[in-house]
Amino acid sequence: VPVQYIVLKRSPLIPEMATQEVQLNETLAHLKTESETLKTKLEEERAKLHDVELHQVAEKVEALGQFVMKTRRTLKGHGNKVLCMDWCKDKRRIVSSSQDGKVIVWDAFTTNKEHAVTMPCTWVMACAYAPSGCAVACGGLDNKCSVYPLSLDKNENLAAKKKSVAMHTNYLSACSFTNSDMQILTSSGDGTCALWDVESGQLLQSFHGHAADVLCLDLAPSETGNTFVSGGCDKKANVWDMRSGQCIQSFETHESDINSVRYYPSGDAFASGSDDATCRLYDLRADREVAIYSKESIIFGVSSVDFSLSGRLLFGGYNDYTINVWDVLKGTRVSILFGHENRVSTLRVSPDGTAFCTGSWDHTLRIWA
Amino acid sequence: MTINTLAKGGLQPEQMSCFRKMEKVLVAMQDPDMGMKMRNQRLLITVIPHAMTGHDIITWLIQKYHICEEEALHLGEMLVKYGYIYPLKEPRCLVLRPDESPYRFQTPYFWTSTRWPASELDYAIYLAKKNIRKQGELVEYEKERYSLLHKRINHTWDFVVMQAREQLRASKQRRKADRIVLECQEQAYWLINRPPPGVQNMLDWGLERPNNFSTRVPLIETSRRALGRNRVKSSICLEGFVKYSEQYQNHDPIMQGCLPSNPWISDDIAYWTMNSEIVPVPTRLRVERWSFSFMELLSDAMGRREFMTYLEKEFSAENLHFWQECEEIRHGESSKIIEKVEDVYKNFLAPGAARWVNIDSKTMDKTLEGIKRPHRFVMDDAQMHIYFLMKKDSYPRYLKSDLYKNMLAKAVVPQETKKSVFPFMRRQRHSSPSPAQAGAPAAEEDGRAGTNSAAGSHF
Repeated sequence: VPVQYIVLKRSPLIPEMATQEVQLNETLAHLKTESETLKTKLEEERAKLHDVELHQVAEKVEALGQFVMKTRRTLKGHGNKVLCMDWCKDKRRIVSSSQDGKVIVWDAFTTNKEHAVTMPCTWVMACAYAPSGCAVACGGLDNKCSVYPLSLDKNENLAAKKKSVAMHTNYLSACSFTNSDMQILTSSGDGTCALWDVESGQLLQSFHGHAADVLCLDLAPSETGNTFVSGGCDKKANVWDMRSGQCIQSFETHESDINSVRYYPSGDAFASGSDDATCRLYDLRADREVAIYSKESIIFGVSSVDFSLSGRLLFGGYNDYTINVWDVLKGTRVSILFGHENRVSTLRVSPDGTAFCTGSWDHTLRIWA
Repeated sequence: MTINTLAKGGLQPEQMSCFRKMEKVLVAMQDPDMGMKMRNQRLLITVIPHAMTGHDIITWLIQKYHICEEEALHLGEMLVKYGYIYPLKEPRCLVLRPDESPYRFQTPYFWTSTRWPASELDYAIYLAKKNIRKQGELVEYEKERYSLLHKRINHTWDFVVMQAREQLRASKQRRKADRIVLECQEQAYWLINRPPPGVQNMLDWGLERPNNFSTRVPLIETSRRALGRNRVKSSICLEGFVKYSEQYQNHDPIMQGCLPSNPWISDDIAYWTMNSEIVPVPTRLRVERWSFSFMELLSDAMGRREFMTYLEKEFSAENLHFWQECEEIRHGESSKIIEKVEDVYKNFLAPGAARWVNIDSKTMDKTLEGIKRPHRFVMDDAQMHIYFLMKKDSYPRYLKSDLYKNMLAKAVVPQETKKSVFPFMRRQRHSSPSPAQAGAPAAEEDGRAGTNSAAGSHF
């Protein structure tokens, strides 16, 4: 049960300050109690409507057969840990970023490198492909998110056209374009998320509420397209209204940092992956956690998760170099994939669901199908 | 004063938790009833007690966790790589061999988590012992590090040598078997905490995440709001997942395959060509998908085009046009918002507008008021009203229309590509025009495509 921490200034020598401090302590205790009471009430309310478990509902569903997925491409070219990757809407190109500051755009189908940029910082933890396919965004220890328009002119230096868009006060952990090339959503080690206008670099909305580093985010595929989910080191997954900046739902059941969040394709739920070695599924309408994907033999944390196109399968990249494939409905582990020689740090299913890509600390990316 | 959950001596919570879990496995392995069978192992002329074979370890893991051999080997190898189990033969090679190779449990004294962090001083003493015990026992990289340490902590060097001598003297008084075990244990510890060059550093956990902020307000506000929200019964929600997965199962290439073939597997891009944004004849699966939800129809360029044609027949195409223009405002450049809002007002909302859209008066009033100070979301309410109008009214009728039914009937079901008779003949992998280009041909790419088997992919 998390406790709210308050930073108090210590100066008890002055009597007035001492009284103030006692008052502050009392307020703090009162607030803590109120917070705890509310949380308990909330859990009671949530439990009232929980009349069945997911795997029970899924009993009538046919079990999945033997699963064969192999590495179909290996992309070599990064000189250090691969930290992030994203797919282009054309279903075959990807952008990847690594610890040594390199950002590479590949045609994963042919394994050709098409563009490469060296960032002025190391640990480029976030990268994203623009919906138009004409630009990429990336950032990391520079605390910024920059957009690079992609040019096919071999003589052009991509870095020259770089545009600084987002500015945080700590590392950039994730970034994503919204429905167009014009807006970017970012999350940061400074505990906030933010929405930016690419053209002007203006901050459109900021999102406060996490009590520690925010590590990941995902945009909702909803009809109204106005929400996103974020996960952080405070073990919380928060759902936000992009217009108002308000946190509209919050889930806290993980036992450790949440490294990855991803919406279920219908937008009615999202999955999370955490350092506590579990993946979990949260239903937004039921407003609760509805499944935990874990196994006693899985000891190491999950770095990234994504769903197959139908949402039946959940792929998790783990810190023990493996990929575990879960049956979302039945809660069972369908398959375990080996191949990487170090942590899997990032995992995304392709836009048409024909494959998924993993990036690893072993410097490579792999396409699995 | 800040209350902080600082793990001991700098080990991050993630690391501690992994170590603790591995240690639980170790304890289970050494359980007197359910643990591993151990035996004496002959190492040259010495007999080492309490040893087990690689094969035994894997078998135990398979039985305990109900996993396959490959997974058990992987898990067991993690235990070796993190120093909880060490090999007796070839002690420098921290791998788990699934055969009769002997292994032992590391003593908790030498667990990485117990002695975190490994100190320079201890490492110096260890290398000094090796150096004194047998001249030339230090490997090249150890010699380098030894001399580096000698420079760095030169002021305590007398102490280092003295300690080394003391420890050597004490160990000489032990039985040979114990001495060998201790040496192996210590060596394993240093192989992990000071890995040789080129060997993966198992203790590399990436960037620290030190930040922890104090906020109290958000939690209470969020909880209060959350208490007031409407929730749906689990049985209804969860049924939704079953239905969704069922509906999309045939469309999920990883689950069901795709026709004619998965490009990543067959190297044939026919599947992508057939499903390009605009094609003369779409595939059946694609047209079927338009009937799954209004959003599916609108997200597909061809679907949207077809729907527009239908609306034109019904003289309600202005609805879709309006919706598209509103999308442009919501997702477009900030600088163009005012201009676009004006256009939308002129074309769709103003009295007597050429493509006037039918919005309820309340929404219209609110929108007109908002237009006086236009912003990105000023059209949201009106846009949603029209969206749901199309969804509830035009969309279901479109699905029943001849236009849609004919499209479905015409749609193509691709033939499965016959598997090649010669499995070793790989197709040429053709490149495609990059979306980043503006008309420039991809000619220079073709030279590299297809012949590029050295680029690193392997079958």
